[in-house]
Amino acid sequence: MGSSMKTSPKISVRSLDFFYGGVKAIDAVSLDFPVQRVTALIGPSGCGKSTLLRCLNRMNDLILYSRAEGEVLLDNENIYDAGVDVVSLRRRVGMVFQKPNPFPKTIFENVAYGLRVNGYRDRRLVEEKVVQSLHQAALWDEVKDRLHDSALGLSGGQQQRLCIARALAVEPEVVLMDEPASALDPIATQKIEDLISQLKEAYTIIIVTHNMQQAARVSDITAFFYLGKLVEVGETDNLFTRPKLKQTEDYITGRFG
Amino acid sequence: MHMGDAIAGDERVNSQDSLSRRGSRGGLRPEIRGGLTRSRKVVQASMFSLFRVAAVINGVALLIIVAFVFGKGFRAINWTFLTQPPMDSMTAGGILPCIIGTLCLSLGAIAVALPIGVASAVYLCEYARPGRLLRMIRLAINNLAGVPSVVFGLFGLAFFVIYLEMGISILAGSLTLGVLTLPVIIGSAEEAMRAVPNTYREASLGLGATKWQTIYRVVLPAALPGILTGAILGLSRAAGETAPIMFTAAVFFTPSLPKSIFDEIMALPYHVYVLATAGTEIEKTRHLQYGTALVLIVLVLGLNLVAIVYRAHLRRKRMG
Repeated sequence: MGSSMKTSPKISVRSLDFFYGGVKAIDAVSLDFPVQRVTALIGPSGCGKSTLLRCLNRMNDLILYSRAEGEVLLDNENIYDAGVDVVSLRRRVGMVFQKPNPFPKTIFENVAYGLRVNGYRDRRLVEEKVVQSLHQAALWDEVKDRLHDSALGLSGGQQQRLCIARALAVEPEVVLMDEPASALDPIATQKIEDLISQLKEAYTIIIVTHNMQQAARVSDITAFFYLGKLVEVGETDNLFTRPKLKQTEDYITGRFG
Repeated sequence: MHMGDAIAGDERVNSQDSLSRRGSRGGLRPEIRGGLTRSRKVVQASMFSLFRVAAVINGVALLIIVAFVFGKGFRAINWTFLTQPPMDSMTAGGILPCIIGTLCLSLGAIAVALPIGVASAVYLCEYARPGRLLRMIRLAINNLAGVPSVVFGLFGLAFFVIYLEMGISILAGSLTLGVLTLPVIIGSAEEAMRAVPNTYREASLGLGATKWQTIYRVVLPAALPGILTGAILGLSRAAGETAPIMFTAAVFFTPSLPKSIFDEIMALPYHVYVLATAGTEIEKTRHLQYGTALVLIVLVLGLNLVAIVYRAHLRRKRMG
């Protein structure tokens, strides 16, 4: 694994297998995600990168007949241990999805949602957090005069930044992003990428992307997956300029996919 | 393509051969230009007309029924008719007790069926895992929908009226009608909840919401318009039923208005039935029968309208 990771990992995956029914989607993956870094997961469709991402907040629990074997350590605690509270795990490990998925509620209520379900009652505090999160997601200036309009009236790019604000409001420690810009135009994509670069100051970010340039632009570490296996991982600059394996080189140069 | 043409043209193969080639590579062109297209066009046009006729029949049927009842009944409608109880052995006076009775019964039925129905739909859609129990429950619901309404009436009589000692009452009638409308409510509520994108559920759970918080704060509000549609259907059904209430809630005649849910009442559909079959002066009360039917239709449409307007308001609010 990456030799240059000096800080201790925020999340550490240890020989993880994941099955959909009888199909093995992740095969003996071990990988560390360092704190305050952006780690990109790349690889062709069906390589298991999204599945791995969804193992990190146990979102895969929702899939019937699926099971995970191995360990995922968050701050050295295995999130698959029997006593773990999945609900509070998911508050600590936030998620932004491929397609913007704001609730059919107002802009304000979308961001306030996570606070409300986590028991925040004080109106002033909720308001404060909502404003702060919208600022963090670089959306405040565009929505400050329409906080009580429906979120579905926003553009796709704005909706995705709203979803990021919504995720940040509950103060997660890790933010998982599943191809967060794949449904967006280049300008909206750039805004999301700028945002990711700012957010890594405070969060551990793990992003799945199909876009090689995006991985090169936003990430510090890149992990390449193929057929459920981790093929190669390293500092993004090294992996893209001097990949160790032929398979990695073929993929990042577009010779197979 | 060219080779196929050449073979068909030069060697004058018999029709069997050219048929077998059609599927592979040769001989497609004549069909594109010629008869097949024309016959497909004819089929296309005639099927389209057929479907259109079928759709139009629906509208026409409704129009005829409403026009018929309106034409025959509106003569009977006046202030006295709407605000007075029946008089002179029900050959004169009004139908106020029936209007109140039907309102009580149908709203009572919804009050019973909506919570139970939505709760069942939540279980079926969000909690139940595929398996034998789920199959059995679905089978039961589907069969419930197929039970004749008079059987519900007898069940209500035996269970609510006699066994639970409710007597002939609004309560017993509402419960009976509630059971009758349950399958409608469950079906539409479940459909509405399945139509809520899974991404909403994932987003909510991903923020640290519990399953119940997700259902209560995201899924149910998003499904509310669809659930309301089911409630409208159930309400209309309940308001119009005769058989389930004739043993459980409705009486031939009572001049007084109900004071509690344990009182018996008159109801519009049962009143029409009584006037049309059991009175001594059936011909004389014909216009009252149509008038009562007209009031029933208007009442149901009015209740529906309230729900439809509310639903439209919800949708508008959501879209911003």
